[in-house]
Amino acid sequence: MREITYREALREGLREEMKRDETVFLLGEDIAEFGGTYKVTQGLLEEFGPARVRNTPISEAAIVGAALGAALLGMRPVAEIMYIDFSTIAIDQIANQIAKVRYMFGGKARASLVIRTQGGAGRSSAAQHAQSLEAWYSHIPGLKVVMPSTPYDVKGLIKSSIRDDNPILFIEHKLLYNEKGPVPEEEYLIPIGKADIKREGKDVTIVATSRMVLRALKAAQALTEDGVEAEVVDPRTLVPLDEETILQSIKKTGRLLIVHEASKRCGFGAEIAALASEKAFYDLDAPIKRVAAANTPVPFAPKMESFVIPDERAIIKGVRELLG
Amino acid sequence: MIPKEKLMEMYEKMVRIRRFEEKAVELFLKGALPGFLHSSIGQEAVSVGACAALREDDYMISTHRGHGDIIAKGARVDLMMAELFAKKTGYCKGKGGSMHIADLDLGILGATGIVGAGLPIINGAALACQLKGTDQVSLCFFGDGASNTGSFHEALNMASIWNLPVIFVCQNNLYAESTPQWVHQKIQDISVRAQGYGIPGVSVDGNNVLTVYRATSEAVERARGKGGPTLIECKTYRWLGHYVGDPGTAYRTKEEVEQWKSRDPVKQYRANLLANGVCEEKDLDAIDRRLEREIEEAVEFARNSPDPDPEDALQDVYIGEYIP
Ligand SMILES: Cc1ncc(C[n+]2csc(CCOP(=O)(O)OP(=O)(O)O)c2C)c(N)n1
Ligand SMILES: [Mg+2]
Repeated sequence: MREITYREALREGLREEMKRDETVFLLGEDIAEFGGTYKVTQGLLEEFGPARVRNTPISEAAIVGAALGAALLGMRPVAEIMYIDFSTIAIDQIANQIAKVRYMFGGKARASLVIRTQGGAGRSSAAQHAQSLEAWYSHIPGLKVVMPSTPYDVKGLIKSSIRDDNPILFIEHKLLYNEKGPVPEEEYLIPIGKADIKREGKDVTIVATSRMVLRALKAAQALTEDGVEAEVVDPRTLVPLDEETILQSIKKTGRLLIVHEASKRCGFGAEIAALASEKAFYDLDAPIKRVAAANTPVPFAPKMESFVIPDERAIIKGVRELLG
Repeated sequence: MIPKEKLMEMYEKMVRIRRFEEKAVELFLKGALPGFLHSSIGQEAVSVGACAALREDDYMISTHRGHGDIIAKGARVDLMMAELFAKKTGYCKGKGGSMHIADLDLGILGATGIVGAGLPIINGAALACQLKGTDQVSLCFFGDGASNTGSFHEALNMASIWNLPVIFVCQNNLYAESTPQWVHQKIQDISVRAQGYGIPGVSVDGNNVLTVYRATSEAVERARGKGGPTLIECKTYRWLGHYVGDPGTAYRTKEEVEQWKSRDPVKQYRANLLANGVCEEKDLDAIDRRLEREIEEAVEFARNSPDPDPEDALQDVYIGEYIP
C-alpha cells in the first residue's frame, strides 16, 4: 500500500468530503493562500475557491461561533483553530453554545461542525503553544472528541467527523504531521467510537492516545527483549469511548497501563482508570498505572520539556513495574 | 527640544535591538536556539520611540514579537540571550523562551504568545496604579492582527470608561502572519477604532523613532494627568517572515519588502542625527562597536551558562511546593 504523511492523509480526507458535499467549507486563520501554519489545507483554496476556503481574522470566538451559526442552517463547517491553546478564547462558543444547543432547544438544532486543532509538546514551543486539553473538552456533554494517531486513522476519522451530525473537536498533534503510514487509495471511513488495537499482546494492555501511541509502540517493541508482549490500544476517539475494546484487552492481559501527554491530574487517563476499576476490577492482576506528563505547564527548555513529557523509557518502566 | 542624551540613548537602543535580533536569527538558523523565533527587525523605531516616552517605573506588556520592546524598556541582553538559549541563567530560567520574557523590576510585565492577551492585562496594571494613587502609566504593544481580537475591543472600552492611564501601541506591520491587513480588516488606520470607544487615537510613521516618541509622550502626559487612555497606531514593517524559517515571500512581493527596507528606521535615524549635528559619525560608530561587543558577550554568557536541571521543571508552578 502507498505510504503518505498524516498531513497528506488529512488533506485528502478534507478534499474528498469537500468534493462530496457542497455544504462543507473551511474557515480559519491563514488557511487559504498560506495553507495553514501546519500546511494541512495547502492547495485547497486553488481547488475549491475562496468562498469555501476562508481566511479569518485572529478572532477565535468569531470563527467557532460562525461555524455554529452556519451549521444551524445546514452547512458542515470545518473550523481550524491553529493551536488548541487558542481554543480557550472560543471556549464560550464551544462549551456553552455548540455543546448545548441541541439539548437546550429540545433536540431541534443540529450543530454539525468540526473544530480541527492541534496540540502537544515536543518542539520547545513553551506553555502557551503545547498543551493537551482533550480532557477538558471530553468533560463537556454534547461534544465528541477525536484524537487520531496515524495517517490511516486521521483520514478515515476526519471524513466520518465531517459526516457526523454532532459537533466534533478533532485534535491533531503537531509532531504527527510528518509521520508516514499506509493509506489506501480507495475511499474508506472509520467509525467514531471504535478503538484500534495497534499491536496485539497478552501480557499487558497499554492504552495510549495521539503521539503517545507511537511511543507506546516503540516501548512495546523494546519490551519484547524481556519476553513481554504488550498490547497497545488506541481509543482514537475519547468521546464516545470504545469501552468494549479496552475491557476485552484487560480481560486478556490482566494489566493496564495508560499513557497520555496531558498532565496527569484529571487527565483522560483518570477516566480510563475509572472505567477499568468499575467494569474490569476482577480481571485485573495488578493496580492500574498511569504514565502522563507532570502537573506543570510545558516548559520551554528541551531538557525540562522532555523531563515532563512521557517517553519510551517511562512507558517501559511503567510496564516493568506492573509486571513486578 | 529633546536632550542630546535622550537622542543618543534612542540610537543606542535601536542598534542594540537590531544587533540582538540579527544575532538571534543567525543563531536560530544554525540550530543553536530551540523553539521558534519571531524577529522584530524593521520595527525598532516603534519599540524605542514608545518606551523612550516612559519612565523606568512605568509598566509595559509585549507580544510574541517582543525582543525589541523588552530591550527598549531596558532589559539586559545577556539574560535575554540566555533565555533564548534555554539556559538556567535566562530571564525566565529557561521556562519561558523567546515569547515570554519578563523583568518585573523594570516594569516589563511579560510578553504573551496569545495574540491580544496583553491588552486586558495592561488595564489591570493601570487600574492598580490608579487605585494606589501613583502617577505611573502602563503601555501595551500589540499587532495589527491583534486589533481584531475580542480582547482588544473589550480592553479599549474598559480603559475608556475607567479613564485608565494606558497607552495602547499598535505595531501595524501590515501583516498578521500571512494575512495582509487589507484582508483582515476594512479600515486602513487602526487608530480610527479609538473613536468607537471615545478615546483619542492617532496614526504615525512607525519607522520614525522621533515621531513615535512625540506621539507617545503626548499620550503619556495625558495619561499621567488623569486624561485617560490613547490608541497609537505605528505603521511599520517586519523585514523577515512571520517566524524565522518563514521566508515571508509567499504573501509579500520582493518590491514591497525592498521598499520598506529602503526606509530602514535605524539608518534613517542615524542620518537624522548627523544631519542635525547632534553628534559626529565617530560617536555613532563607537556606539555601534560597543553594542557589537555587548551582543557577542551576551552570546558568550548564554553559551557558557548551565542548562536547567530537568527537575527544575517542577518548580514555579505554584508559590511553594510542587503539587503532584
Ligand atoms: C489567540 C491567538 N490566535 C492565533 C495565534 C497565532 N498567531 C501568532 S502571531 C499571529 C499573527 C499576529 O499578527 P499581529 O497581531 O499583526 O502581530 P505580528 O505577528 O505582525 O507582530 C498569529 C495568528 C496566537 N498566537 N494567538
Ligand atoms: Mg502584524
